[in-house]
Amino acid sequence: MSSVSEPQVAAESSPAEVVPAIEVHDLTVAYWTQPVLWDVDLTLPEGKLIAIVGPNGAGKSTLLRSILGLVQPITGWVEIFGKPYEKRRSWVGYVPQRESVDWDFPTSALDVVTMGLYGSLGWLRRPGKKERATALSCLDKVGIAHLAGRQISQLSGGQQQRVFLARALAQDARLYLMDEPFAGVDATTERAILALLQELRATGRTVVAVHHDLQTVAEYFDHVVLLNMRLVADGPIATTFTDENLQRTYGGRLTVLSQAAESLLRAESGAPKLDV
Amino acid sequence: MSPSLTIILVGSCVAAACALVGTFLVLRQMALLGDAISHAVLPGIVIAFLMTGERAPLPMVLGAGALGVLTVFLVEAFHRTRRLKEDASIGVVFPALFSLGVVLITKYAGQVDLDLDCVLYGEIAYAPLDLLFFQEQSIGPKALWVNGAVLLANLLFVSLLYKELKLTTFDTGLAAALGFSPIVLHYVLMSMVSVTVVGAFESVGAILVVAMLVVPPATAYLLTDRLLVMLAGAVGCGVLSSVFGYWLAYWLDASIAGAMATVSGILFAIAFVASPRYGLLARLVRQRQLGRDMAEQLLLLHLQSGGTPQSVEQLAQRFSWRRQRLEAVIARVGNRGWVQRTNGSVAITPLGERAVEERGVAPLRHQEATA
Repeated sequence: MSSVSEPQVAAESSPAEVVPAIEVHDLTVAYWTQPVLWDVDLTLPEGKLIAIVGPNGAGKSTLLRSILGLVQPITGWVEIFGKPYEKRRSWVGYVPQRESVDWDFPTSALDVVTMGLYGSLGWLRRPGKKERATALSCLDKVGIAHLAGRQISQLSGGQQQRVFLARALAQDARLYLMDEPFAGVDATTERAILALLQELRATGRTVVAVHHDLQTVAEYFDHVVLLNMRLVADGPIATTFTDENLQRTYGGRLTVLSQAAESLLRAESGAPKLDV
Repeated sequence: MSPSLTIILVGSCVAAACALVGTFLVLRQMALLGDAISHAVLPGIVIAFLMTGERAPLPMVLGAGALGVLTVFLVEAFHRTRRLKEDASIGVVFPALFSLGVVLITKYAGQVDLDLDCVLYGEIAYAPLDLLFFQEQSIGPKALWVNGAVLLANLLFVSLLYKELKLTTFDTGLAAALGFSPIVLHYVLMSMVSVTVVGAFESVGAILVVAMLVVPPATAYLLTDRLLVMLAGAVGCGVLSSVFGYWLAYWLDASIAGAMATVSGILFAIAFVASPRYGLLARLVRQRQLGRDMAEQLLLLHLQSGGTPQSVEQLAQRFSWRRQRLEAVIARVGNRGWVQRTNGSVAITPLGERAVEERGVAPLRHQEATA
């Protein structure tokens, strides 16, 4: 994978005043009458790899979708680099869950990546040679330029995930929001995605990813948000990704057996041990 | 213009206009919504007629457009309560609206120059007789003008908003995040469907509209992997259906709209069976090929790891294959020089050993795809 270009950072705020990448204030979201997120206050720093972790139905995807303005909150607001999302669209790249789209759609890998550039094109303008060249270079960055013309249903799960990442790269954003980028991919792709995230961080980008695999949180990310409808804890891995916080996040759902397995695995990877 | 040419042209305009919007309905898995709209616009037409007292195209299009949007809105409103699935929701809304239209027509039958048969089955055969006048001068068949205008509008709509339609259809989430409002586009698309339907309603009837909205796009979907080609293919299938449909109707002396819809069905059946990639035959051939590959590799692997030579009886027992199949597999790998057969026993050759190493075993090769 070749390097990712530097982001165009607008000098809007004075260096003394650090604007967070994301600020979530008093956010409550409900689907129908079922609350999904309850009074979440969250400030996420720029330039970090941040994992959102929590049990199924904890509102992880909803948090991501609220940040993107895809979900209407009951109360609260979200700001991206100090402004509402509508003013920051071009700063934000989005990688949805792989299952959220129909991969039988009649289109090629290159075409899907080109969609990442639609935002900068705006209404009515068509993508041209320049956009296709950019898209191809993004496919190259994720190592599948040779599959550019392939119908998307003919790609493996890992390759499809790479297409989505290439599309996000094409957006050339300062902040990337990813919904389970590591879900259901093969080991090679997992390593490739990790390398890509680290490269994004090296060029000053922020990545916020919903992540399911507790074993790799400490290894892959700098910062963690523990969520279970309410915000349980957030902060750097070392101080936040503790047994106590995990226990509070997963409650009874982290059974004694899975705790034992967890603590074994984490002991191997050098993370703090879980008391069973 | 000869009557036959007029009929074929009207049919082609309807088919092409329907195919353009129908392609997006099919890809959005909303083909049934197209069906629903094509019936639910009826009260809109009747109300527009009662208000203006004439069959002027513009009020009718507006009335139908409004009802089309109302249909979509109601279906989603019911669906959103979570007590009705989308299909049930469609099933509730469109008969209700359609029957309201039927009641209105029969109640005002005296004043309404609309006839139920005509609305349902249409009579494309009369298209050449119903002329449009401009300053007392005939300027050609009305159906051709109306449906030609609709086709032009749809062409403009799809070509201008191609990128936006593609994105919102494929990935609603990203479309919304990038600021292309998927909801607005959804309603615009459905309004275009309504307008298309009402334009075609009078001239060809609801049944042909339902067929043309879904069948040609579904046919084209079987033939291509590219959206643009699918759009063109759907239009092509639609036009072919009307040309050959007219010819079929003439030959059988049967309903023209019915024959056109039938031909579209036949084209679909042909594509379903014979499409090079997604057709039934292609799939059977591929499946057979995969099965053969697998059998060959299993045999080679077994011979390699299980020690050779082995008797044919042993192999037949090991794989529980019929003798005939086993012989065929042995013959095929034998032809490539991968096994050597002497009398009743089979041994793997050095060439065969290399083949196993190079090609791997099918399940292993496909591991990444299923991971």
